Amino acid sequence: MNKTLFDKVWDKHVVHSIKNGPEVLFIDRHMVHEVTSPVAFLGLKKRDIKVMYPERTFATADHNTPTINQHLPVKDPLSANQLRALEENSKTYNISYWGLGHKKNGIVHVIGPEYGITLPGATIVCGDSHTSTHGAFGAIAFGIGTSEVEMVLSTQCIMQQKPKSMRINIDGSLSKGVTPKDVALYIISMLSTSGATGFFVEYSGDVFNQMSMEGRMTVCNLSIEMGARGGMIAPDHKTFKYIKGREFAPKGLKWNEAMKYWKTLFSDKGVKFDKEYHFHGKDIEPMITYGTNPGMGTSILKGIPKSNNIDGGGQTYKKSLEYMSFNEGDKMIGKKIDFVFLGSCTNGRIEDFRSFAAIVKGRKKAKNVTAWLVPGSHMVEKAIKDEGLLDVLKEAGFELREPGCSACLAMNEDKIPPGKYAVSTSNRNFEGRQGPGSRTLLASPLVAAAAAITGEVTDPRSFF
Amino acid sequence: MSYEKFTILKSSAVPLPIENVDTDQIIPARFLKATERKGFGANLFRDWRYESDNTPKKDFVLNNEKFSGEILVGGKNFGSGSSREHAAWAIYDYGFRCVVSSFFADIFRNNCLNIGVLPVQVSPDFLKKIFFEIEKNPKIEFTIDLKEQKIIISDNNFSTEFFEINNYKKQNMINGFDDIDYLINIKPDIKKFANKMPL
Ligand code: SF4
Repeated sequence: MNKTLFDKVWDKHVVHSIKNGPEVLFIDRHMVHEVTSPVAFLGLKKRDIKVMYPERTFATADHNTPTINQHLPVKDPLSANQLRALEENSKTYNISYWGLGHKKNGIVHVIGPEYGITLPGATIVCGDSHTSTHGAFGAIAFGIGTSEVEMVLSTQCIMQQKPKSMRINIDGSLSKGVTPKDVALYIISMLSTSGATGFFVEYSGDVFNQMSMEGRMTVCNLSIEMGARGGMIAPDHKTFKYIKGREFAPKGLKWNEAMKYWKTLFSDKGVKFDKEYHFHGKDIEPMITYGTNPGMGTSILKGIPKSNNIDGGGQTYKKSLEYMSFNEGDKMIGKKIDFVFLGSCTNGRIEDFRSFAAIVKGRKKAKNVTAWLVPGSHMVEKAIKDEGLLDVLKEAGFELREPGCSACLAMNEDKIPPGKYAVSTSNRNFEGRQGPGSRTLLASPLVAAAAAITGEVTDPRSFF
Repeated sequence: MSYEKFTILKSSAVPLPIENVDTDQIIPARFLKATERKGFGANLFRDWRYESDNTPKKDFVLNNEKFSGEILVGGKNFGSGSSREHAAWAIYDYGFRCVVSSFFADIFRNNCLNIGVLPVQVSPDFLKKIFFEIEKNPKIEFTIDLKEQKIIISDNNFSTEFFEINNYKKQNMINGFDDIDYLINIKPDIKKFANKMPL
């Protein structure tokens, strides 16, 4: 029978099927962080059970960590307490823990691929919705809640209803200045934030074939923002090359065996998806959001759509523009901004810093802009230094912070103040996401860099 | 852990006719620092409910004495965004046992089911009717009958709609069982399975 890429990986991991119910899915790798795990560990304690496969479990601290002076004790007592809890739990249950200060520390979805924890054909979960990032390698990866974290810790399984299948095809190629982030924001603006709810998405077509692994991670990362459980891309020579030699990747004979399986991971010709979309690369331009969900995005050259063009949600739409203090029909270009945030599991990898640096090179940061440049991990931080990007950034008036989630969810001190506008490369522009009252414009690292130089929303192509 | 059983709920409802209510609104990230599942209800919808100096915002529905009950009714695409189960905990801790909407985000729906909050998905028309009836009479009673999978409005004609729920999850809710109990019972099978799965 013809199968989709998703079917192939899913079917291989089904331990049990319950009649008229969910399936018991085996989880190959489980990533854990400090915020969504403590209550799950408490559950284990109450039941007096162990972590079933500590060797399949990887813990890091990222959501709640400071991005300056990481060598000092964490000031916020609640954050410190949560970090301590994860460290203790990791010790008690024999889980590898890459905490603050550890050289492998970083955002969970950045370090997974970096250390070869993320592999094609694997099932990967984490108590964080952007776990979908790992789908870039042809893995089934999705975010789970804390009860489910407890399930995976205690039994390495989760109970899930099989989602429906969707394929998004984008043919052709991207124009200069258009990045994977723009591709994702474009798709979400077309489908809306609930357009893929109930589905698992496969991305295919030339645009994704040509895309780098890091670009694919950015796209898969944002799958959740259109409601999808996750997104995935069939592995190819780029994927295998990326993985080879990484610390937790299979080696020697095991590598050959793995490759045999990985090469079967594609959707069979003629297989039917429950839903399919077709777009064209040339239609995509640099994007920016103007509202309070990631579906409220537009080409940077266009204006804010009129509410009478918005299907059903007139009232919600108006509330959103009110929060942003924008008007229907406003142009986005030229809007004044106060902050720029480069980072997060969406755009905190080395290619993102290269793009940013390419724009700011030889220019100066606008005086009225505060810029937070936060690498996704120590490995990214090191590459920024080794490649000489740090000098470029410094010369342009920027500083580099230490790795972590930072202003992506503003759980630490990196909060955008009330009423201020931030062009952010992260993934969510919800009300208050980057700090109470903050206003977020989601965009690519190129758009963020251009805004950091001019102090307003600017088409980065004017810098080429 | 097992949770309170759910069979029939009769209650008035609290209306929140806003679409795409994301979990960052339900419980903002800065309140996720706890290491225990306690006290999240106080911060439910924190930034919609309170000014920055903690005075209640009069126009927010939770601060309006007219509305009360164990049912929260939200607009389309309720619970989108972050996977934080804390959102479901906050809803439960505040005193809601059921959330009604015309569409739920996946992870939020699962999280609710896993802790004993029943997500009831109704048609867009029925949702409109619910909002309309609550506006007319804020104390109007709803019946959520899980066994029959029905939601009934106590209006003149007892308007009723059938809702879907996966049979396994339904039995869990009715009996107060959770998935971990089930999984722990099949651990020997899982072990056998795991041996075939390369690390
Ligand atoms: S960077 Fe943002 S989205 Fe990514 S894991 Fe951290 S908080 Fe979640």
